[in-house]
Amino acid sequence: MATLRIGGKSSSGPRGKTFSTPLRKRLWRDRWMYLFILPGLAYFLLFIYLPILGNFIAWKDYAPFVGLWESPWVGWANFELLFTDPDFQRALINTVQIEILQLVFAFPAPLALALLLHSIMSERLKRAIQSIVYLPHFLSWVIVIALWQQIFGGAGFINQLLANQDMDRINVMSNPDLFKPLVVLQSMWKDVGWGTIIFLAALTRIDTTLYEAAVIDGANGRRRLLDVTLPGIMSIIILLLILRMGSMFSTGFEQYFLQRNAVGPEAAEVIDTFVYTRAFQSGDWSFATAVGLVRGVVAAFMIIGANWLAKRFTGEGLL
Amino acid sequence: MATIREERSSTIPSLGGGSLVIPEVKRKRRDSNRPIWMEEPGPLMKIAKAIALTFVTLIMVFPMVYVVAVSFSSAKDVLAGGLILFPRNPTLESYSAILQGGVVTRALQISILLTLFGTFAQMVFTVTLAYGLSRPGVWGSKFVLYLVLGAMIFYPGMIPSFLLIKELGLLNTYPALIVPGLISAWNLIIVRNFFMNIPADLTDAAKIDGASDAQILWRIILPLSKAVLAVIALFYGVGIWNQFFNVILYINDSTMWPVQNVLRQYVLMGSNLASADQFAPNQAPPPAQSIQMAVVVLATVPILIVYPFLQRYFTKGVLTGSIKG
Repeated sequence: MATLRIGGKSSSGPRGKTFSTPLRKRLWRDRWMYLFILPGLAYFLLFIYLPILGNFIAWKDYAPFVGLWESPWVGWANFELLFTDPDFQRALINTVQIEILQLVFAFPAPLALALLLHSIMSERLKRAIQSIVYLPHFLSWVIVIALWQQIFGGAGFINQLLANQDMDRINVMSNPDLFKPLVVLQSMWKDVGWGTIIFLAALTRIDTTLYEAAVIDGANGRRRLLDVTLPGIMSIIILLLILRMGSMFSTGFEQYFLQRNAVGPEAAEVIDTFVYTRAFQSGDWSFATAVGLVRGVVAAFMIIGANWLAKRFTGEGLL
Repeated sequence: MATIREERSSTIPSLGGGSLVIPEVKRKRRDSNRPIWMEEPGPLMKIAKAIALTFVTLIMVFPMVYVVAVSFSSAKDVLAGGLILFPRNPTLESYSAILQGGVVTRALQISILLTLFGTFAQMVFTVTLAYGLSRPGVWGSKFVLYLVLGAMIFYPGMIPSFLLIKELGLLNTYPALIVPGLISAWNLIIVRNFFMNIPADLTDAAKIDGASDAQILWRIILPLSKAVLAVIALFYGVGIWNQFFNVILYINDSTMWPVQNVLRQYVLMGSNLASADQFAPNQAPPPAQSIQMAVVVLATVPILIVYPFLQRYFTKGVLTGSIKG
């Protein structure tokens, strides 16, 4: 189930016989297609694959005023730093902690909401609620955090209410101890609605005769949920879960960067913000590149591995 | 549901040529959609569901309503504090203050132009590549497709991407905000899948009539793909409008900043907007909080405008259509 079709099956038809035509003729026949492919190909080569090669400065001691080519080679020194640099290790721990919290709380939330939405009988009410809960997904992180600050910030709505009641103010937005639950709640607020789309699509594809049969066999609502609904969408749950694992080390940048000053790096530094601050504030370009490269390689392996697992467990993968 | 109700009161043509009008039967509304086998949930369950849904919806809506209300409030009301869900003395002070020209006005103009040009460029690059890769049997296209898939798996990294833009001399230029994200591999795959599902008979017929591949794209493929292209264009547009981090990376000159970065400067970092903009000298400036909220509202409005169009397509399965079930 739920395979993003990427390879695609070639359709039979006149073009099925292409292999008997000589290559030169085929190239000329498809000249327009090559013209269409060219700009996009140039984009991927220049802006994705060239920077991938650019990671070579991870093995150098790059300094902007010395230049890319003249900077000295230093072997694996920058990678060895990964094991000793305390700031990096803190960023790594923060990232993993946040990702685990996301997995436990933010991952199941859209599923619960989707089941709830699916049980609404009035189509119009369902549409209305969907419109509302999808919306935060399209707001930028800057706006999301501005909104949260208006509600929970020092001069925000809740603290104004508390002050009016002569109660103590509470510190939510700039409290390092609350930062991790806070970012998980923010992510949930932003994306719980959007996450329901894929589950709702899967729910509508469950064969309704299964429910009818279950009822005839005397299944109540709870049994139908456990024995029909959940098995029906289990493959999509596993697929999403595994993909989630694949992005384990990429929490994203903006949400953390925007709130890093308020709570301090001790609580808010994640791998992405670490790369940025190390390069742009400490000028430690090569080490930052090494961190980014290791993260990229680990992420790539996790995606490939997750895809392999998804294929094994659900029969189909994403790639 | 709407269609079902229409059918109920519709006229059914009978054999005699006349039509038989079936009067609409009054029914209880709530079981109109409920499958015959599903029992009505108990009252407790219903209340619990209603509470949960109301809670979720309120949480989503409340901050936005609050921010809009504050942005329209006068200085006195904001300083008085308390619950503002509807401005007691609605005023446009804050909006007229920031739209007089100055930082926010300029940032909005920059964001609008960037979004228009950027989305156009992204659509051209995405559609052409998607079409080029959509036809089986084009020699070498499989290889290009694998390059695209590779880009989905491996992220080149922040520093090499930055150094490339620097070496290309694009730092502090607007192309730096558009060019690195010209094609999203995910969007490309969605568009390509859509193109591939268009029946080959249509294009073959045009081919026999002597149409070139360019004409086929323009005359046949694109008109048939309006819905998916609209969604992708809106995704791209929202992405550019919301972009913040690329601006931090590539644009040092704060006079070139689009609205998200200005918003962050004044709302999250608390820089004083009143001193940055020129107000009439002997007139009390509107309260800082209202101005900040007005900026938030202005940065959100374009999203709210395109949102209903986007929303129409989500439920139609334009996107989930590319996910085989």
